[in-house]
Amino acid sequence: MAFAGRHLLGLEGLSAEEITHVIDTAESFKEISERDIKKVPTLRGKTVVSLFYEASTRTRTSFEIAAKRLSADYVNISASVSSATKGETLLDTARNIAAMRPDCLIIRHSASGAPHFLADRVDCPIVNAGDGAHEHPTQALLDLLTIRERVGRLSGLTVAIVGDILHSRVARSNVHALRLLGAELRLVGPPTLLPPEAKTWGHVYHDLRAGVRGADVIIMLRIQRERQGLNFFPSLDEYSRFFCLTRSVLEEAKPDVIVLHPGPINRGVEIASDVADGPYSVVMDQVTNGVAVRMAVLFLLVNRAQVASEEQKTAAPPRLRRSG
Amino acid sequence: MPLLIHGGIVIDPANGRHGPMDILIADGRIAEVAPAGQLGVNGERINASGCWVVPGLIDMHVHLREPGYEYKETVETGTRAAVTGGFTAVACMANTDPVNDSAAVTEYICERAQAAKLARVYPIGAVSLGLRGERLAEIGEMREAGIVAISDDGEPVADSGLMRRALEYSVMFNLPVIVHEEDPRLAADGAMNEGATSFRLGLKGIPSAAEEVMIARDIALAERTGGRLHVAHLSTAGAATLVREAKARGVPVTAEVSPHHFTLTEAAVGNYDTNAKMKPPLRTAADVAALIEALREGVIDAIATDHAPHHRDAKEVEFESAANGVVGLETALPLALRLTREAGVPVDTIIGAMSTNPARILGVPGGTLSPGVAADVTIINPDQEWVVDPERFHSKSRNTPFGGWRMTGCAAYTIVGGRIVWPLDGQRNKGRGKRGSAR
Repeated sequence: MAFAGRHLLGLEGLSAEEITHVIDTAESFKEISERDIKKVPTLRGKTVVSLFYEASTRTRTSFEIAAKRLSADYVNISASVSSATKGETLLDTARNIAAMRPDCLIIRHSASGAPHFLADRVDCPIVNAGDGAHEHPTQALLDLLTIRERVGRLSGLTVAIVGDILHSRVARSNVHALRLLGAELRLVGPPTLLPPEAKTWGHVYHDLRAGVRGADVIIMLRIQRERQGLNFFPSLDEYSRFFCLTRSVLEEAKPDVIVLHPGPINRGVEIASDVADGPYSVVMDQVTNGVAVRMAVLFLLVNRAQVASEEQKTAAPPRLRRSG
Repeated sequence: MPLLIHGGIVIDPANGRHGPMDILIADGRIAEVAPAGQLGVNGERINASGCWVVPGLIDMHVHLREPGYEYKETVETGTRAAVTGGFTAVACMANTDPVNDSAAVTEYICERAQAAKLARVYPIGAVSLGLRGERLAEIGEMREAGIVAISDDGEPVADSGLMRRALEYSVMFNLPVIVHEEDPRLAADGAMNEGATSFRLGLKGIPSAAEEVMIARDIALAERTGGRLHVAHLSTAGAATLVREAKARGVPVTAEVSPHHFTLTEAAVGNYDTNAKMKPPLRTAADVAALIEALREGVIDAIATDHAPHHRDAKEVEFESAANGVVGLETALPLALRLTREAGVPVDTIIGAMSTNPARILGVPGGTLSPGVAADVTIINPDQEWVVDPERFHSKSRNTPFGGWRMTGCAAYTIVGGRIVWPLDGQRNKGRGKRGSAR
């Protein structure tokens, strides 16, 4: 069992088996990060390049650590220091990098569909590390791993996703995967950030308390401060008055509810500090699991490419070095 | 030399003719139209058996890109694409560089068209200087130089006061005001239709309301001023309803639809295909059905391509950064004929929408096969099957969502002023595929 596709562009279109397989693989990789020597030779001699056209701390570092723990050579390129500042197009940059024969290209870009655009034109497996308002598949995978670890299952859970659904790639990836895996979805936010089409994805709530009532899992989304002034809501103050997850609101949820947030957190805007830092928060578990999930994704994609090419050469069954 | 077109079915909606007839062309004009077999000629003959003989097709909405963007298209390559697609005349929009907002630019375009000697070219002048939406361009002077309409197409006229004055002032010259309807604040930086697909793809949407509020505004202004409003490229069911109601009240409004808007839905964006990116955007199946119905009823008067050539580089980018628009001249005819087979739109309605009505709206010659008029004639082979290969377009640009489509129907001959301009000289016998040959 492996990915059907050559790339990880999104979770939409993946099968439940594929998604579960990635999470299982990630789970088996977790202990590597607990070792004294946090490194296995699985991807030795492989090269992973990441191309970040947007600011990122967590995701970029997480991919880098994941690659290095698998012994891959890792190179990161940030748009601010790349030829993009000289006017080079995304496609030209990606083609040039692909010509250096990396085994995987990770891309973060503000344009929805940028990784899909490259996947059709560049001869290299591509991992989407977040494209515009479209998908952020590794984030959703680490959310799924975290939920499964804490709650023990995904099927039948009531999951509330709260905040700026309209602009959230985290929400889209989670919606596709959670629906597929049998969770009951609630989407919570003001109507300006929840277009009518959201009804096809889950139950829509404009009232936070009602939206989290009886929920097993709450996924909070970051309110992007740059949206202020575009009239999606009058002010951050008013937004937080209606949609900030506080201890009091949390009492509406199941007693053993868990709270996720992809970060970075706007304390006091969408989530109160005592919730973010409190006993229901699994935010740090998410970050830890992020490394394991990205190790799994790199392992599966790079090995898949290797398996495909070895099968072409020898037609002999490949020996996968599976660590953990 | 006189030319006899015999053996075909003549379809001439303006004269209510539809049947087996022969046409004699002499001195660049239609000399005679008579029941099949009655005319003889001492000159050239075209056997049009199995074909339709119709008044020359007129595309009232194209972008020829000259002056200023000759790397995308020129008057010559654009009119070559036009005659290949069966068009004997095109009306070209003003968003060139410099903008066609002065008589000098209008004259330049006319000169380039005369040099090309292919399709007739009718320039459309800008409503506002530089398409900036601030001050009226010198409409009267451009009229004297040859414009047939005014439009800021590509840019909506956001200023309602300016639009009011344009509609008022145009009355003096009997010029239609062609409007690209899109509320700039509602459309914002949207990249496709706002709806389920844009929500799923995480792309900013352009709501139907962006088009409809502007049409409603301009209908109200046309009603007050008596200016002739022509709404370009209708894309929504609501837009068709607004035009239908306005016409019923007697408001001087006409409308056009593009082949891509009556053929494709937003699903064509698929996996971020930039060849499906245009303004207005592709909408839903319900919108497509409403547009076809409006065309059938005559609420929509014209089929116009909005032929918008772009260089490959402008489309080989991330979806949100890609240029808007598709080429249309070389695929419009078979897409329109598709409506006769798949939606039951009468052939006469299609020919009217591609010839008679554009001529009437723009006030230009053509649109009929009446004896005495200039001999602009298109001979259509309605059964010819072919596959769209953008690499073989005569247009300089290849940005089409129809690459690889199997089409039925093509222009067998395009005749302008009695002169055969398609098949092109030297290609008539080489047989560029089978497209050029009448049966």
